[in-house]
Amino acid sequence: MSAELIPLAVVMFAVTYPSRALGLLAPRLDRLPKGVIAYLQLVGPAVLTALAAVAIMVRTADDGPPVFHIGVEWVAVAACLGVVIWRRNLLLGLLVAVAIVVVARATGLAALPPA
Amino acid sequence: MREDVPALTDAPAGERAEDTATPGTASPDESRRRLIVEALGIAVSAIGFGFVYGLSAREAGFSPLEAMAMSTIVFAGAAQFAAIGYVVAGLAWPAIALLTLLLNARHLLYSAALGPWMADVPRPRRALMAHVLTDEAFALSIGHFRRIGRTDEAGYWIGAIASTFIPWNLATLAGVVAGGSIADPNVLGIDIIFPAAMIGLAAGLISGRRELVAAFAGAAIAVPWALFASPALGVEPSTGVIVGGVVGPLVGLLVPATLAAEGAPLGTRESAERFAMPGTRLDDDAEGLP
Repeated sequence: MSAELIPLAVVMFAVTYPSRALGLLAPRLDRLPKGVIAYLQLVGPAVLTALAAVAIMVRTADDGPPVFHIGVEWVAVAACLGVVIWRRNLLLGLLVAVAIVVVARATGLAALPPA
Repeated sequence: MREDVPALTDAPAGERAEDTATPGTASPDESRRRLIVEALGIAVSAIGFGFVYGLSAREAGFSPLEAMAMSTIVFAGAAQFAAIGYVVAGLAWPAIALLTLLLNARHLLYSAALGPWMADVPRPRRALMAHVLTDEAFALSIGHFRRIGRTDEAGYWIGAIASTFIPWNLATLAGVVAGGSIADPNVLGIDIIFPAAMIGLAAGLISGRRELVAAFAGAAIAVPWALFASPALGVEPSTGVIVGGVVGPLVGLLVPATLAAEGAPLGTRESAERFAMPGTRLDDDAEGLP
């Protein structure tokens, strides 16, 4: 069984861990200015929506620029959001999103994403 | 500066940690029960996403040992997926390291946001906490801390280990070992779990106009960056997430304080409900809320 990529995993850890640890371990960061705190309060919503938007709106190919994607994934994510707002239940929202995508793809209403 | 969020700087850390009976906040037990419900939803997401990662790693020629090393040592989903592409493309390891650094830079923002809450946790445990800090762990734990108005270390571990680390690694193993029997996992809609989970978590963190504006701005900046700027600059489209995550909050801060003030100050039932994460509802007879 190959283990050639394990050192790469260690390298990736080495460049990832500092960003995860700095805020938790740096002693001077426990008394942040109010403006910084106000900024950090907004980081979560901004990053999470950016992750979701890029995931459903941007498709990348091996040999070409990224392209804007419109598809059933938008409907599924919007439905999940609606369920979360309405019922405050993420698990239910995820199930609804998956159901929409599965049905749409099974019935031919939506194409499968590229492998 | 909003007045309705927990004051992170106005009391010594030790006093905050012992302030378990702050009037008007959700009880720790109640909030932890909600956290567990939320964690179940995230675990489903981690299982689906981790399984797809295992499948992708298998198809890229990773051995089970290598795939598991990535999931346990790196433990960063987006970076792991990107690394598969890098390896397949034959990218040099220094370049992979640089791109991984860039992609995971958002964790600095998470750790800085969590840092004040974790001031009383012993440093060795904080060091371990850092390794399992993910999008999901951040969202779950910060929501939990906000609800109860103080730190709950066990809550962090629930959000980071039980809901994400363990499911992610088990699913990776399943995907890389047994995934060959599934023709196309996208037929099962697995690919939609991650973005749906992210948007659901984001909704749970939005409690006022500033968060809402920051959320929209983050997405509105990230997508054009991924489509147009990243090819021009020769960087990964996923860097749009970092740009959106950095600039989005700045846009949110442009909302005037008078408009940002929400109608649900912390410590009220309405605020506890609004700060609650998805998957939870406040019972009408919940104790400790005015």
